Amino acid sequence: MKLSPDQTIFWQHGFVTINLTIVTTWAIMLILVMGSILVTRKLKTGIKISWWQSILEMLVTTMSNEIKGIGLDQPKQYIGFIGTLFLFIAVSNIAIMLPFYEPPTGSLSTTAALAISVFFAVPFFGISKSGIGGYLKTYIQPTVVMLPFNIISELSRTLALAVRLFGNIMSGGMIVAILLSISPFIFPVVMKVLGLLTGMVQAYIFGILATVYIAAAVHKTPEPAAANPTSNKLKSDNNG
Amino acid sequence: MDSITSIAMVSIITAGLTTGIGCMLPALSEGKAAATALSSIAQQPDAAPIITRTLYVSLAMIESTAIYCFVVSMILIFANPFWNHVIAK
Repeated sequence: MKLSPDQTIFWQHGFVTINLTIVTTWAIMLILVMGSILVTRKLKTGIKISWWQSILEMLVTTMSNEIKGIGLDQPKQYIGFIGTLFLFIAVSNIAIMLPFYEPPTGSLSTTAALAISVFFAVPFFGISKSGIGGYLKTYIQPTVVMLPFNIISELSRTLALAVRLFGNIMSGGMIVAILLSISPFIFPVVMKVLGLLTGMVQAYIFGILATVYIAAAVHKTPEPAAANPTSNKLKSDNNG
Repeated sequence: MDSITSIAMVSIITAGLTTGIGCMLPALSEGKAAATALSSIAQQPDAAPIITRTLYVSLAMIESTAIYCFVVSMILIFANPFWNHVIAK
């Protein structure tokens, strides 16, 4: 049984390998970029706008509202990175509707690449916001004692990002493959529908977590928007 | 019992145990998280979007422990390094 689309190899020469993951990744990138170029080539500002433009506007508005809700006040700076991550993962997960398609996010190399780009984006945005000194100061929050733990958490959350996405998508594909051999008619379709839901949720979570990490590096206090309801909840629990 | 058989047996039993225990406990804690989020939405319906977002993030965090267990058991069954080591000998 194949664990990942990495094992479907089309062409190999030395250490250069063209496998299914690379092909589908580039196809999705091409579709996203060409689609965006085609739509944004003739933008209109009037009341009557094209169908595709309204879809894109809706996407961008929703994403910037979400980013703003987490505590990044100027989402325009971050939407280029976070929105691209979200769109890429969402499109590659939704496309499992197509026959003979294997999602590139079901390969550990793709998800590791995405997680590593988040790993480097966090210091990039942190430094560009508050300077090198200000960014390095976030490592000794709240005290100097926490320095090794902050470094460990930086590394482990990158690993967690990669393995979470990979595990979810890979398990979806594997469940369908196992069920195909047991009950090959209706039930795999149901699991595939569930896979669509999981794929969207995972894309959302990847984007949200990247935003939370960047927000924690940009601000002094991490997750200001998310911290309030839990504390209220705890209070009301204690009262009741 | 030669080493191939024992490695296969131990791997299969461990894979089953890993997925079993690793699904059980995250399911309990996810249920707890969802239940508290629902009751707090019922108390404060205005805060529903924030609670939902926090719930999603924390569910993903909890879920990832189950996913780690699943990945470990998949590695044990389909890509077992010890098995390959013994086979190559």
